[in-house]
Amino acid sequence: MQQQNVITIEHLTKRFPVGKGEFTALKDINLQFGRGEFAGLVGPSGSGKTTMLNIIGSLDSPTEGKAIVLGKSIAELNHNESADLRNRHIGFIFQEYHLLPVYTVYENVEFSLLLQKMDAAKRKKAVMEALEWVGLTDKVDSKPAKLSGGESQRVAIARAMVKRPDILLADEPTANLDAKNAHNILQLMKKLNQELDTTFIFSTHDEKVMQYLDRMINLADGEVVKDELTVKNAEV
Amino acid sequence: MLTFKLAMRNLLGAGMRTWLNVAVLSFAYVIIIFYNGLIDGWNEQARRDTINWEYGQGQLWHPSYDPYDPFTLQDAHGTLPEKADSHNLMPVLITQGSIYPQGRMLSIQLKGIPANQQVLSMPTASLDTTTSALPAIIGKRMASSAKLKQGDQVLIRWRDKNGTYDAREIVITRVFDSNVGSIDNGQVWLPLQTLREMTGLDGEATLYVAGEGYNAASINGWNFRSQDDLLENIDTIIQSKKASGAIMYGLLLSIALLAIFDTQVLSIFRRQKEIGTYIALGMTRPQVVALFTLEGAANSLLATVVGSLYGIPLLIYLANTGFAMPAATDSYGLSIAERIYPAYSLALFGGTIALVVISATVVSFLPSRKISHMNPTLALKGKLQ
Repeated sequence: MQQQNVITIEHLTKRFPVGKGEFTALKDINLQFGRGEFAGLVGPSGSGKTTMLNIIGSLDSPTEGKAIVLGKSIAELNHNESADLRNRHIGFIFQEYHLLPVYTVYENVEFSLLLQKMDAAKRKKAVMEALEWVGLTDKVDSKPAKLSGGESQRVAIARAMVKRPDILLADEPTANLDAKNAHNILQLMKKLNQELDTTFIFSTHDEKVMQYLDRMINLADGEVVKDELTVKNAEV
Repeated sequence: MLTFKLAMRNLLGAGMRTWLNVAVLSFAYVIIIFYNGLIDGWNEQARRDTINWEYGQGQLWHPSYDPYDPFTLQDAHGTLPEKADSHNLMPVLITQGSIYPQGRMLSIQLKGIPANQQVLSMPTASLDTTTSALPAIIGKRMASSAKLKQGDQVLIRWRDKNGTYDAREIVITRVFDSNVGSIDNGQVWLPLQTLREMTGLDGEATLYVAGEGYNAASINGWNFRSQDDLLENIDTIIQSKKASGAIMYGLLLSIALLAIFDTQVLSIFRRQKEIGTYIALGMTRPQVVALFTLEGAANSLLATVVGSLYGIPLLIYLANTGFAMPAATDSYGLSIAERIYPAYSLALFGGTIALVVISATVVSFLPSRKISHMNPTLALKGKLQ
């Protein structure tokens, strides 16, 4: 189903200094993700899920081994190159939404495109299209403080998807949502995954999310303990 | 341009915190411009009055004359060489004397000046009158200290060129009002020819005041003092006033800048998740540093706008109505009018705006540098770094 790898992880190890010693968050990880995958890193807190997403998203770099994203080795990117990779090719969705509080819904979604210096007409079209995907065209002028949790996460999805990234990294995207909103959000992401062929990688320990995943990679103490394709039991 | 737009958006979105900073900073703007305008206006007035009433276009001094040493007056008189061009030069003869108002004795300088002179603004025409006593004019300060008024007769005493004392009654034909204290305090002005006769110094002078069109040059031993030389003291005093004023508005500006600095430190502390989000969305660290620096610096731009809204009408009003100076400022030692009219220049406005904008940018940049060392993953979690 996946024609090409967009992410290749080879012998990746990540250690953090802790006091005078070190903590190993990821140990010799080898993984590949193809275009259009809907995969999840599953495991308890401290298993290394978020660290893995951060490295794939070029917010962090490996201590040993390689993380190659869209043909680029994360460890070898300079600040500008990694910023450009994030801006054009990688979308992030966070547990706490991380919307910019003084911007309206429209401005939050528009932000990445402003950084890309996209012209105003194209930008407006893309932002409105993204807001249509998430059903928030009536909230364009609202500030994040006025939105519910579900609405905020939908804005975050629109902000991540407006630039049509190759990869979307979602770190515990449903942790702050009730069951109904969580299912709505997951259905929305699944739909976008199929329509736009974007690779989605989740970090989660939420059963609701796991129901939607095509591939589940179990992590424990920084190691991959299981990597399996799942039976799709969630209707889209 | 994008960073500037985002910075303005963030700044305006911060609400009350922004407007408090802007209010203090705009107040600093207005105070700095007003104070410097006041000093510049005072400077212009002092220079103009001193030139009009005392210095003219410069002075030619007898080589022995020292205005700060009254003992030099005994010898500081003479005549210009015959070949010298005395065109547009107005002679002034100065000698020591005493005056006896209400039985008291005051040391004074007797100054002889041509009654028909046009070089200075002194009302010397009042010396050209026929009275039973010698006509004399004095300034309002002298009149006040000697308790004299127009029409009063009073005894003066002096020594002639041979050292012989003599005394005569003078009549005050005019009490003039000048802002220039150095032609007023302890001085009695007499017709030049009369003083020459009284002292036996026929045709002599202590100094000459140059009028318009005088070809400035020293004449065989007589020293020409240009306007700039003569105004040097005023310039020094004005500069010292500016320096002391700078301390005052420096403190005010420091308070405003400290508020911006505090806001920046607090912003970077409180907005770590936002900083992490900017980086996650594709901004580089230098762009985020620039964004936060511009946010701080933009306070000064907003303050320029806000300060202009209330400052320009206020400054124009003060420039038109003037600023009343307290009577005690007469003791400053240089010409001070009862009302000073502030003088504002484009350089003053431009310089003040540049000073505030640059200062605000620097104090905004200092805490923002921390962002360049931030770990974005920790920033996204809001962990202190």
